[in-house]
Amino acid sequence: MDGGAGVTLTRGTVVVDVEACKGCDLCIDACPPRVLVMTSHEVNARGYRYPLLLPGCTGCRACSQICPDFVFQVYKYDSPIELP
Amino acid sequence: MKWVEGREVVDTTGPPEAPARLVDDFTPDLIDVGAHHLCPGCGEPVAMRSILEAVTELGLVRRTVAVFGIGCYTAFSNNLDVEVLQALHGRAPSLATGVSRAAPGTIVFTVQGDGDMVNEGLQEVLHAAARGERISCFMLNNGVFGETGGHLTSTTVLGQRTKNTLDGRNAAQHGYPILLSNLVAQLEGAAFVARGAVNSAGNVARTKRMILRAFETQVAGAGFSMVEILTMCPTGWFIETQEAPAYLEENLGAVHSIGVLKDWQ
Amino acid sequence: MTVAQLLEGSEAIAEAMITAGCRFFSGYPMTPFTEVLEHMAAKLPEVGGVCMNAESELEAVGMAWGAAATGTPSATGSTGQGLSLMQESLAEITLARLPLVVLNMARAQGDYYQATRGGGHGDYRHLVLAPMDVAEAVQLSQLAFDLAAAWRNPVVVFGDYYLAHTAQSVEVTSLRTKPADRPDWALDGTSGGSGRAKLISPLGSVKRRDDVGYDLAAHYAACARHTSAMLTSVPPLVELDVPAGSEVVAVAFGTPARYVRAAVRQLRSEGAAIGYVRPITLVPFPTAAVRSVCAAARVVAVYENNQGQMIDDVRLAVLGDAPVEFIGGLSLDSSGFGIAPDLDVATLRLRLEALL
Repeated sequence: MDGGAGVTLTRGTVVVDVEACKGCDLCIDACPPRVLVMTSHEVNARGYRYPLLLPGCTGCRACSQICPDFVFQVYKYDSPIELP
Repeated sequence: MKWVEGREVVDTTGPPEAPARLVDDFTPDLIDVGAHHLCPGCGEPVAMRSILEAVTELGLVRRTVAVFGIGCYTAFSNNLDVEVLQALHGRAPSLATGVSRAAPGTIVFTVQGDGDMVNEGLQEVLHAAARGERISCFMLNNGVFGETGGHLTSTTVLGQRTKNTLDGRNAAQHGYPILLSNLVAQLEGAAFVARGAVNSAGNVARTKRMILRAFETQVAGAGFSMVEILTMCPTGWFIETQEAPAYLEENLGAVHSIGVLKDWQ
Repeated sequence: MTVAQLLEGSEAIAEAMITAGCRFFSGYPMTPFTEVLEHMAAKLPEVGGVCMNAESELEAVGMAWGAAATGTPSATGSTGQGLSLMQESLAEITLARLPLVVLNMARAQGDYYQATRGGGHGDYRHLVLAPMDVAEAVQLSQLAFDLAAAWRNPVVVFGDYYLAHTAQSVEVTSLRTKPADRPDWALDGTSGGSGRAKLISPLGSVKRRDDVGYDLAAHYAACARHTSAMLTSVPPLVELDVPAGSEVVAVAFGTPARYVRAAVRQLRSEGAAIGYVRPITLVPFPTAAVRSVCAAARVVAVYENNQGQMIDDVRLAVLGDAPVEFIGGLSLDSSGFGIAPDLDVATLRLRLEALL
């Protein structure tokens, strides 16, 4: 969501349990604002790629609800913040 | 923000600094340990999450017994904060019946795969539904016997490749799939029957409403309830994890249609 | 105060189970078990119990499994062929450490192996009680519930067509002075959400604390210790009538034993040095008692209505101290269900006389 002047209005955020991820990618397509991207070469201890979060999260919980491995904790900001 | 692989991303290693409220925790209340050895991209934990969230949301946990069948999902039988009775392959409905009849008022649900419920246990679920047992049966349907490596079940669709139908299921040799929810919906004792899926966030949310409705049916004493939940099994389908949601919709979902098949009110 | 009534075995067993506190029964009609189901269907609801007319034997044992898991004293049963269908579930119920009373109303055939060894997988044992007549069935059916609850293990009551359809004057007197408490392992939902929700499973009962699943080896080892304790602690029951100097000792179980006993007594009244042993608990088999009364015999004669099954346990008990001969055999009427032609004192006399 464009907040103008190169910032993105962000309503939510996630905590990612990197080591729990099995690199299945389901969260990537499930995310409505498409703010999740998988790493390309960074991997966790088990060798799986994992999701990175871009600005613009809405805290909608699509990722936590679709993830088979309980990777996400989802927060909603009391007031939207601006991220670069 | 931080830099990873040359890209500026949000720091997701810990809770946010700006004031925020937690809207979804890593695991639902009733899952003690989230870690499991199910395959990447497996839909079964997704379905388990919804079922357990529903138990919490309806305030049922202190009167609920879960009866597990045998399949990959059995991995959850000993890490839930719900009372669990482990059954044999196909037999969960009869055990659930015993619990429900001997201790009326207990909320009883089963967790079974398609191989468990529609192959081994077909008569059990049909009889329980016909009797109008006050139990809720949840079928995790991925069209294969996942735990043995991905073999033909009674719900496998025509053309689907499995370990023992490598050229694809064909009617002449393997017969036709059974659309179990459609069968059960015809039985008078069945009060709520629905089929959902967990291949998208939207479907997860719609399926969650079906699960809640199933429990409501049981609480109201209206009769037997069942939710069939189509789940992804990329391993059993011989595809990449990212392809599984579309495969589910185009193959399993094209035959086993999503929707509410029967509702008592 | 109970009153003596003329009751058929099936009805007497049903009354005894209810008196013992049974409040859940499930079954599928099959001769000669059917009448027990009929009586339980009529009588259990009157005491607030539940009787389920299961659609198959598999579902019958499954329902009893679920009911037992709630701590409700439960029973199921069938005849041998129906019990064959239940074997996987019976094995797993035992490994899940659940009490359950299982009736085998056998047809004519004495399926001793099925009852005592079980036909299921895994290292499991059931206690087995074999009544000889209706009066004994009334007592043993009640004892079965106490043993099942005390040991958290299935107990088989081994009856048959003869027992089911013989009427005897019996008083169904309760053996227990107070009702049993609900066990603390039983499921009722209330431990849900506590952080320590209960689990009843043939794979173990310990909840995971990391991503490691069940510890099967530990669970099976614990089951083995429990089985061993059960087999050595439950007092074996046996009827002994072996005067000193007996040259022939006849061994038989269940309803046919009445005929063997009558033949023995007849021969003894004519001066024969003959004794009689009747195991009442088939598991635990009264090994020590059988051994002590057979050691000095010239021959041990085993009668059973099959091709020779209990004879194995007799041989194990006697351990070569005396030769063990088989005087039984499969004896069936034309229906295959009913009273064997061999159940005739004159017939059995001849077989025993041949050894004297």
